[in-house]
Amino acid sequence: MKLDYFKQSIFKQFLVSNISVVLVALICYASVDYIGYRSVALLLLATVSVLAIFFTLYPVLAAATMSALIWDFFFIPPHFTFHVGSSEDVLLLLMYFVIALVNGVLTSKVRALEKLELQKEERHNTIKLYKTLFDSISHELRTPIATIVGASDNLLQKDSHVSDADKAKLVDEISIAAFRLNRLIDNLLNMQRLESGMLMIKPDWCEINELINSPLNRLKSELSTHTVNVEIQEDFPIIKLDFGLIEQALFNLLHNETLYTLQNSTITLTANYANGNLIITISDDGKGFTDEELTHLFTKFYRSAVKTTGGTGLGLSIVKGFVEAHEGHVKVENNIPTGAKFTLEIPTEVLELNDFMDFTELAIKKNMEHETLSETYMPKGKPKTTDETKIYSPR
Amino acid sequence: MSTKMNILIIDDEVQIRKLLEITLNSNDYNTLSAATAREGIMLSVTHPPDLVILDLGLPDEDGQSVLKKLREWYLGAIIILSVRSSEEDIIRALDNGANDYLTKPFRTGELLARIRTALRQTQLSPTVQKLEFDNLSIDLTSRIVTLDNEPLKLTATEYSLLTLLAKNDGKVLTHQYILKQIWGPGYTQQSQYLRVFVGQLRKKIEPNPNNPKFILTESGIGYRFCAKVDE
Repeated sequence: MKLDYFKQSIFKQFLVSNISVVLVALICYASVDYIGYRSVALLLLATVSVLAIFFTLYPVLAAATMSALIWDFFFIPPHFTFHVGSSEDVLLLLMYFVIALVNGVLTSKVRALEKLELQKEERHNTIKLYKTLFDSISHELRTPIATIVGASDNLLQKDSHVSDADKAKLVDEISIAAFRLNRLIDNLLNMQRLESGMLMIKPDWCEINELINSPLNRLKSELSTHTVNVEIQEDFPIIKLDFGLIEQALFNLLHNETLYTLQNSTITLTANYANGNLIITISDDGKGFTDEELTHLFTKFYRSAVKTTGGTGLGLSIVKGFVEAHEGHVKVENNIPTGAKFTLEIPTEVLELNDFMDFTELAIKKNMEHETLSETYMPKGKPKTTDETKIYSPR
Repeated sequence: MSTKMNILIIDDEVQIRKLLEITLNSNDYNTLSAATAREGIMLSVTHPPDLVILDLGLPDEDGQSVLKKLREWYLGAIIILSVRSSEEDIIRALDNGANDYLTKPFRTGELLARIRTALRQTQLSPTVQKLEFDNLSIDLTSRIVTLDNEPLKLTATEYSLLTLLAKNDGKVLTHQYILKQIWGPGYTQQSQYLRVFVGQLRKKIEPNPNNPKFILTESGIGYRFCAKVDE
């Protein structure tokens, strides 16, 4: 709350503080016969103190001066003049001024200190985040590098007794390690795109089967030990989204499935379209997540207690980032009776196949006029397109 | 052995050059290597290669501009091999005349397959009248397409799309390029129509339209017709 007031413009601060002083003064003026003009000074002082909590130095000093003048002019006898009658009141006015000013200055100093403290804390948090980042990255980089160095050393050894079958396995390990490094770099670059705020989504029309099958194909060998069920709603419309980003999000989720579920697990992928949203779910029959994991899963660098190789703590936060860049959202819950279920909900434009028919005829008619084409691709002589287009219509 | 194909490698990384030389030499190709754009362009003039493998991140000149320069006179195949993996870079390179694009890290098997395809394309006779792939055949003169020897009913647009892709067998065609060729220059932004037509076409020619084997998607870039199983 307090912070919001800091952010208000200085003009607004001047306005609000002077209005509050005037308001309090008005109330006091109405009741001065009951409370006496000296307690009015205390009430005004209290008002200035309250303002000092919320506002910066200058508006508070202005309010202090203003209230002192008001008190002098309207309340200290003789009224409606700045002249002060008794020497006691002169002293009081002077003290009032001093206290109000000191009040304003002190509060602003305390505030400055608070701000410094806040900055320190922020810096500390940044350093902590960087440390986590570097720990995680250096571990993730060194593990595959160690594999590559070790395996190639082994292969180069002249008098080794490694069998051909084992040599092939070593080469395999080198290849796996290299692709793991590449995936890490992809994730780091994606994270950087998200963090820098430079991520611009480029939505284009795409077909649901392509979107679902592309990550499945990229993970073919990793998923070969799993059973994958794909359920896509019938007559799915053409949807508009950034194919690259959503495909990467699905890839990260599916890749996670290969890391965190056991062999022979069943992974079910569904895609539906409802109320302007594309809804994709990926669920498994694995162990599911603890409550703690469910709340932190999409946080950057969060790794579940069950550590497996290949995770960076970046994959799921990238999923979240890419989906949110589409103004969609992602959630995770435990599946019933067992396993985990991720749901992506992405608002998207659609193109129903029915809308499309009109265009087809239009485009083909235009095509007829378009000479460079008709020569190469269109039948010579009288165009027959009207008959041919009918082939689509019954659908 | 003058029948061996010559491949020019332009890449500033010595490790990549070494890897490519070993891989290509052991697969019966002759190689020439250049570490800079200048050296590469010079070699391409003095020893015209059958195919060029070009890196985009060269020390003395941007690879895209090297590509443009080469394309001013060089008609052979050019394959881009780069760490730059953004869709814009790939589309730009294809627009600038690259036959294919492979991002590092790459599988050597994949690279060899792409080289074979690119070489086949540049040797393809333009007067070919019949395209045959596996169980699919397209007769360009009679405009008859058959699948398992059964004639297929295709609309004019589907036929245009299929022949455009099939004639460029193995090559990535960008969305814009296909839209321009089939629908005309005014339609290059209407990619939704292309998706629908590809979907329709897949239903007619693919054994499993959800996991196509003929018309492959290059996500965010375009489509590649892939009929020859190279592996």
